[in-house]
Amino acid sequence: MRRYFGRKLLLYGLTFFVAVTINWMIPRFMPGDPVSTMLARRTVNDPAAYEQMRVYYSDLFGLDKPIWEQYLNFWGSLLQGDFGISVWAFPTPVGSVILSALPYTLALVIPAVLLSWVVGNWFGAFAARRKLLDSAVLPVGYLLTAMPYMWLAALLAWVLGVVTGWFPFAGGYSFSRTPELTWPFIQDLIMHWVLPFLSLFLVALGGWAIGMRNMIIYELDSDYSNYLGALGAPNRLIRRYAFRNAMLPQITGLALQLGVIVAGAVVTEIVFAYPGLGLTILRAIQNLDFFLLQGVFLFIVVGVLIANFVIDVVYLLVDPRTRIGVA
Amino acid sequence: MRNSWRLLTPLVAAGLAVAACSSGGTPQTGGQASPGGSAPPATQPAQQPAQAGEFPRNETLYSTGTMWGPPANFNPMDEGNHATGTVGLVYETLFHFDTNAKKLTPWLAESGSWTDDKTYVVKLRSGVTWNDGKPFTAKDVAFTYGLGKIKGSAFAHVWDWLEAVEATDDQTVTVKFKTAKYSQWDFELYQRAIVPQHLWEGKDDKDVLTGMNENPVGTGAYKYLSHADDRVVYQRRDDWWGKTALNMEPKPKYFVHIVTPSNEVALGLFMQKQLDLANNYIPGMNRIAGEASGIHTYYPQAPYNLSANTAWLVPNTTKKPLNDAAFRKALATSVDVPSIVKNVYGEVVQAASPTGLLPGWKDFDDQAVIGEKGFTFNTDNAKKMLADAGYKDTDGDGLVENKDGSKISLKLITPAGWSDWNQSASVIATSAKAAGIDVTAETPDFPALLEARNAGKFDLVINNERQLSVSPWTYYDYLFRQPVNEVQNTVNFGRYENKQAWDLVQQLDAVKTDDVEGMKKVISQLQAIHLDELPAIPLWYNGVWSQASNGVWKNWGADGGANKYPAVFWRHWFEMGGFETLTQLQTNGS
Repeated sequence: MRRYFGRKLLLYGLTFFVAVTINWMIPRFMPGDPVSTMLARRTVNDPAAYEQMRVYYSDLFGLDKPIWEQYLNFWGSLLQGDFGISVWAFPTPVGSVILSALPYTLALVIPAVLLSWVVGNWFGAFAARRKLLDSAVLPVGYLLTAMPYMWLAALLAWVLGVVTGWFPFAGGYSFSRTPELTWPFIQDLIMHWVLPFLSLFLVALGGWAIGMRNMIIYELDSDYSNYLGALGAPNRLIRRYAFRNAMLPQITGLALQLGVIVAGAVVTEIVFAYPGLGLTILRAIQNLDFFLLQGVFLFIVVGVLIANFVIDVVYLLVDPRTRIGVA
Repeated sequence: MRNSWRLLTPLVAAGLAVAACSSGGTPQTGGQASPGGSAPPATQPAQQPAQAGEFPRNETLYSTGTMWGPPANFNPMDEGNHATGTVGLVYETLFHFDTNAKKLTPWLAESGSWTDDKTYVVKLRSGVTWNDGKPFTAKDVAFTYGLGKIKGSAFAHVWDWLEAVEATDDQTVTVKFKTAKYSQWDFELYQRAIVPQHLWEGKDDKDVLTGMNENPVGTGAYKYLSHADDRVVYQRRDDWWGKTALNMEPKPKYFVHIVTPSNEVALGLFMQKQLDLANNYIPGMNRIAGEASGIHTYYPQAPYNLSANTAWLVPNTTKKPLNDAAFRKALATSVDVPSIVKNVYGEVVQAASPTGLLPGWKDFDDQAVIGEKGFTFNTDNAKKMLADAGYKDTDGDGLVENKDGSKISLKLITPAGWSDWNQSASVIATSAKAAGIDVTAETPDFPALLEARNAGKFDLVINNERQLSVSPWTYYDYLFRQPVNEVQNTVNFGRYENKQAWDLVQQLDAVKTDDVEGMKKVISQLQAIHLDELPAIPLWYNGVWSQASNGVWKNWGADGGANKYPAVFWRHWFEMGGFETLTQLQTNGS
């Protein structure tokens, strides 16, 4: 067991190192220069003043040092939790830009992924081999998965937001409110959360339901099910075995979903102008804010690694074969 | 499943609440009502926004379209970056500029006049206070100008021609000039925000130039209330000096400015009456505006908006063949501006006059010079001009070559994602090709474009840097400013060199701005040079983009209406009608 986790942790450490290095390299070897972006915003034409500002910003972003020193400094400040300064939200540090956006994304994506997974699996399993439900659920599931997400989200925003006015469709909370810990404000937050959540939930739901239904049918056709059936086991029992086996690939699927959770809602957040990490990514790209982009990607890398680790542990618990293999 | 749903909901709510609180500005508690305030009793319940939790809709103005990133700071000295409303709502200037009457109107100043050719005296109003209660005096004005001496300051250039700015007494500022620059000084008078000496004198240079300046203290009618990444909120000050001195009162109690969202979101907010004004270009306004949508524009039909600035086609005059004035004129003649106005913009912009001067400066256009030297779109004429200038198509591909026989291949750059400019660029490329000039439209990222533009590493670029102002001097400064530096950051991107023209520009600045005839005389000479040389080719006039909803607030500025002020909150436009708009609004009954 210890060797298993030791090997895994080493692998994760290595992945982290490589990912961070690549993450550092990409912006620095891409064309375009954040300092000139900053300078362009300041209307300075006097050559002396311009030069002075250039030096000031280069120093601020640490771009005036040899490249190897920049790399070492990057690791140094990274380990102290310092991601540098954002160009887009200058002079806010990247860390606080991310931290202020992160809760929105997590509150949006985690419930959407988990709930759609639970509901989808349950529904798919329930529907499999039940003619009436199957012929009703399947088309709806296909429709939901196949629908272009952008379109579904825009449709929801239009119908439930603009036309009926039931839910707000822009922002994290009303433009008429100031953040505070009171019940009306929390209500307002939840109202703004509903539409983006619903759009994510609906789209993911169909995929899980279809996957689960197919898996169950496959398992019910397998030898062990037939054998159990021949032995005269009750249908419920056979279904329970089939369900447990069908869950394994679904868990892997969930693991992958959870990993990219942090970045997962880019389109959702753009459509609903929801102030999470996805919107931050868009803004960072639009403004060539490499430092911010770098910070967000780092969060995603860490997110993927942690999720994978968690799933490794979960697998040990749910799949006896892995447990035996490790021991 | 229902159980987990029940469990998750409060979790989500708590998460979001924490998020909002940590990302938001400073939640203000009660006791906001200012001591000297005389708020009407009707608004009593709304006096303390934090307790009510929500700004009352009919007392709040929601606007957008001026900020593209989170509010960076509230520092009026950081010209390019400060949040919308910093200058105009919180900090104020000595004068405002009335774009209809085309004159300066006294604001913090009671009056101002030239006592001799090199001395300007400003009389300040009495009874003006900073929002911390301290009196505003001439010392604050002198101190503010002193900050311009800091290296890297956005207005350091004023000290090239200013001798001294002194507080003669509490209400009098005496400005002495080394060389009188009348146009530039007028410009200063309504653009320089005055900061309080008692709070700013302790700051170090870096803090002055780029500091956050949270909780700004100004003389203005509003004070800062809060901000988040996607908004900034101001609250009206009920002890504002202008109520008695100007007999003006801004109507919205709360001013909420939203970081520009996507056009879809903006339109959705409009339809739900959650947005009152958008100051960004929204494509298709020619189809949307009108009675049915309730969206109001300054003119009910084309061109819908007043004109704010000129879009120029800037050729790099250091490169062959763009260094040849005859070639530039042929290029100008080949550009199909009418098609851009009609097909790209749906007539929400207007074609520019050959001089490029905005409609607001129409009186300065010398029609005789334009008649003789001006140009209009005509492909055949462009072909003829090219032939006359010696550009021939030697290899038979329908495109002319340089005089030495080498191929001409010009790239016109506009920033990626600026869809209206990208489309205009391809119209220009197509129409230039029709006349035999090989122009290709390219769309680099904005920062890459800036780098190329400022370093002179481009062929053709579209630019609209200069806005309507108190004097057309700003446009000639833009066209002819010398010397040409290694990096051209704000003007003369085409690196055009002409000493005679620059002398004339300075001469124009030496004419008093009330001497319109004197100005016209110099401008006429400048226009002759401009049209002969075309260091920049005027294309079209961009509008003062202003789409307003009549849902909650009415009486927006309109052509021929009672309120003629342009409703726009761009940088420096609060002083050109944006603030006055706030005082003209009326709540819409319901």
